[in-house]
Amino acid sequence: MVSEAVFRVSGLTKVYQMGEVKVHALRGIDLEVYPGELIVLLGPSGSGKSTLLNILGGLDIPSSGCVLYKAKDLTKANERELTEYRRFHIGFVFQFYNLIPSLTARENVAIVTEIAQRPMKPEDALTIVGLSERLDHFPSQLSGGEQQRVAIARAVSKNPEVLLCDEPTGALDSPTGILVLESLERANRELGTTTLIITHNADIAGMADRVIHLSNGHISEIISNTIKKSPKEMHW
Amino acid sequence: MNALDLKLLRDLWRMRGQAFAIVLVIVSGVATFVMLISNMDSLYLTREKYYQENEFADVFASLKRAPESIKQRIKEIPGVEQVETRVVADVKLDIEGFSEPVIAKLISIPDTGKPLLNRLYIRKGRLVDPWKDDEIVVSEAFAEAHGFAPGDRIGAIINGKWERLVIVGIALSPEFVLQARPGALSPDYKRYAILWMGRNALSTAYDMKGAFNDVTLTLSLDANMNDILIQLDNLLYDYGGLVSYGRKDQMSHRFLDEEFKQLRRSAEIFPAIFIAVATFLLNVVVSRTVSTQREQIAALKAFGYSNLMIIGMHYIKMVSLIVFIGVAGGIAVGIWFGKGLGNIYMEFYRFPYLIYELKPNVALIAALITATAAIAGTIHSVKRAATMPPAEAMRPEPPARYRKTIIDRLGIARMLSQPTLIIVRDIGRRPIKSLLTITGIAFSCAIIIAGTFSSDAVDFIVNVQFRLSQKDNMAVTFVEPVSRNALYELQGLSGVEYAEVFRTAPVRLRFGHQSFRTTLQGIEPDGHLRVLLDVNLKPFTVPSSGIVLSDYLGALLGVRQGDMITVEVLEGKRPIVQVPVAGLVEQYIGIASYMDITALNRLIKEGSAISGAYLTVDSLYQTEIYKRLVEMPRVAGAIVREDEIKNFYELQAEFFLFFTFVATILAGTIALGVVYNSARIALSERSRELASLRVLGYTRAEISYIFLGELGILTLASIPLGLFLGRGLCEYIARALSSELFRVPAIIELSTYSFAATVVVISACLSGLIVRHRLDHLDLVEVLKAKE
Repeated sequence: MVSEAVFRVSGLTKVYQMGEVKVHALRGIDLEVYPGELIVLLGPSGSGKSTLLNILGGLDIPSSGCVLYKAKDLTKANERELTEYRRFHIGFVFQFYNLIPSLTARENVAIVTEIAQRPMKPEDALTIVGLSERLDHFPSQLSGGEQQRVAIARAVSKNPEVLLCDEPTGALDSPTGILVLESLERANRELGTTTLIITHNADIAGMADRVIHLSNGHISEIISNTIKKSPKEMHW
Repeated sequence: MNALDLKLLRDLWRMRGQAFAIVLVIVSGVATFVMLISNMDSLYLTREKYYQENEFADVFASLKRAPESIKQRIKEIPGVEQVETRVVADVKLDIEGFSEPVIAKLISIPDTGKPLLNRLYIRKGRLVDPWKDDEIVVSEAFAEAHGFAPGDRIGAIINGKWERLVIVGIALSPEFVLQARPGALSPDYKRYAILWMGRNALSTAYDMKGAFNDVTLTLSLDANMNDILIQLDNLLYDYGGLVSYGRKDQMSHRFLDEEFKQLRRSAEIFPAIFIAVATFLLNVVVSRTVSTQREQIAALKAFGYSNLMIIGMHYIKMVSLIVFIGVAGGIAVGIWFGKGLGNIYMEFYRFPYLIYELKPNVALIAALITATAAIAGTIHSVKRAATMPPAEAMRPEPPARYRKTIIDRLGIARMLSQPTLIIVRDIGRRPIKSLLTITGIAFSCAIIIAGTFSSDAVDFIVNVQFRLSQKDNMAVTFVEPVSRNALYELQGLSGVEYAEVFRTAPVRLRFGHQSFRTTLQGIEPDGHLRVLLDVNLKPFTVPSSGIVLSDYLGALLGVRQGDMITVEVLEGKRPIVQVPVAGLVEQYIGIASYMDITALNRLIKEGSAISGAYLTVDSLYQTEIYKRLVEMPRVAGAIVREDEIKNFYELQAEFFLFFTFVATILAGTIALGVVYNSARIALSERSRELASLRVLGYTRAEISYIFLGELGILTLASIPLGLFLGRGLCEYIARALSSELFRVPAIIELSTYSFAATVVVISACLSGLIVRHRLDHLDLVEVLKAKE
């Protein structure tokens, strides 16, 4: 890889105190993520993949180790800096979409573009995910897949450096999930956004540049795909 | 304890903030109810017991002079049980170091040394020695006002002679629970006294040896009061008897009755409002809790719990527990406030003791009303959740439905930022909920206004009564009607600038079945010092014939201008005549009727007699004038306007402070309860949305704007409604509380409105701050995991 890493993670651990029990969610992770990469994080429940994603997204603080976003040490950032970091650099896609029910598709995207530094127009973002016809629909008027694509449009519309997706197809059936993955893939390809996707679903791994397997808080395996599959070729 | 009950306790603990806010509102409602009702019951009970123990008379009559032998004839009237004759006189007092005029009623104590009826309750010292001519017992209120103790001496002008009297005792009497001078604005303990003296000394001074000029009776239980009054009047007619009257027309008793009526009405108005608001809150909170627990409810049903028995009861138990805590707290606070209020009333009502009584059924009624209202309000939402098929309930709730609204169609939506749009759409999506929240807050605003406006109204009354209507600064009354020449004597006093005469006569007015005992006042039609005001507060000239009634009296009798009413004069020759009603005038204090003084004298057939005069005096000469008045044997006393107003405010201030304080605390509680609960509910509904926004990069301040903005708008919207409701409430209260004593006009100053709005805004801000604290601690990770 030629360019500077987007994330440089070293010796990352996270211990949760659950009542009187200590849960080791991450037990020493070392990882570098490069610009434009599409990475799929695979692993069973409790393997630590969500914890890792949350720490990379500035939603959680590690117990030890170091997380550099470009030159910035996220472990030393305060509340305000983390908010700013999420606001300007990160796009999130959640398993349950987390749209604002009182806002239309367009407005759900606008709520992010209004506070971003170099946003695209909400309509353009929705066109990327194929929803140019559904701009003025409220979440309650959209299907699950459509809601998730609005969420993706919302995430990419601010032109973030990094797109973090936690089980984006987890609540969707296969054809709908494929549409969603296509949107993600297109955003990655056309906008060059570094993308990390968490999933249970090994089939999705084919579309990644690299597949990182997590188990029990460790990275157990990293596989680089020489040939990437298009989401169209997948089914589950 | 079964698992479901355990869940109930834990759920309650989890929502303790909300539960506490509701408890507070219930406490407020129940406390007001208990305070007002128990205070009233206590006063009733105390009065009854006091009357009974001290043999308060049933019938009262005054006359000019009758030989003691008449007593036997009175006794022979069927139904009469006990008779006590007395000598009563109005005297002027001369108190060292107090230059203002003080008048007193001097009442005889029989030679046996102990009154048979209207017995005294001795607080300090002893009763008089009936054979000593300088010993007196004084009323407690008067003694307190001047700091008198047994052994102190005061001067009195008794039948024109200055006498030195020794106070030997301080006492209370059931006849003077409310110790006020007839016609006074409010009790004036400094300038009006009740004194008791041995009959021997008193009858010597007034030439009443072997005679009496006052009699009181008790009747047997089955006696016919009206028959006895008629027979007594016939018997006393030849002795200059004024018409006799029963307890219901006895001044102290009648004032108490009127005040008790007002208390009962207040006890109906205020708690109703509090309980309505508490019910609303309970309803909102429970329905919200139920809908957040729909999955749990579904699971319980899947395990085989039945709808109504278990799940219904479960939530009803939860509500009942909140209600129980609220009612228990409310009763405790109500007793505390009730005793406090009782003690304030004791300043006015001179009872020897206050028997505080909370009837068990009052507490029970409070609990029942609250519980019924709350449970009924809850059943609806519980029913909805309990009847949902478990499979449906276990599915996550779909996104709330929103539709395009008017702001979208008008294109305003485009101009708003997304956070503002969220606020506006959320208010619009549930207009009923928003409206209820607004109404709840508005009521707290209204309650503050209702609790505070009385002081505005009193300022207004005083202004009307003393600046527009009564323009004299001194009113002088004579011992008995005198010739008009007496006026020159008054005018001759140095410092007297201007004088006008008046004539008063006790009368009974009749119209149809209605009758009313009052004073008929004859005034000079072209006078400047006593100005009657029409309903628009414009001067109203007394016509040369016909009677003018205060509008309240007109309404009591059901008469209108032009009707003929019967006027029975209750003194002298007791003429009965038909007189047309020449007009109705506005009068806030007392109940009176007026006539042209010449017309009145013609009616009484007593030439040109006058009862007294209104004066304007040079304030520099005021003290000098009092001194001269005290020396004039024909002058019964003088009332100084400024003193009357000052005294009125002093006595009322404590009441107003108490009510304003209580109303503000309670209303603040409601505002806090409504806003806090709305905020907490909104938070539980929207924490996911807000956390998502935080994840997307919104700052704490930005999501606080979205969240608190809605509450802010609702609070602001509630204020105009609150002011409007407050005004309506005041008008209702003013109508409900109008009595013979005074009518409170619904006058509300701007400062009262702004005070109410301020209390509401502060309460809302406090609630906002509490919830804001929670907003700052939203768990961002958790919210992304949790299902909708």
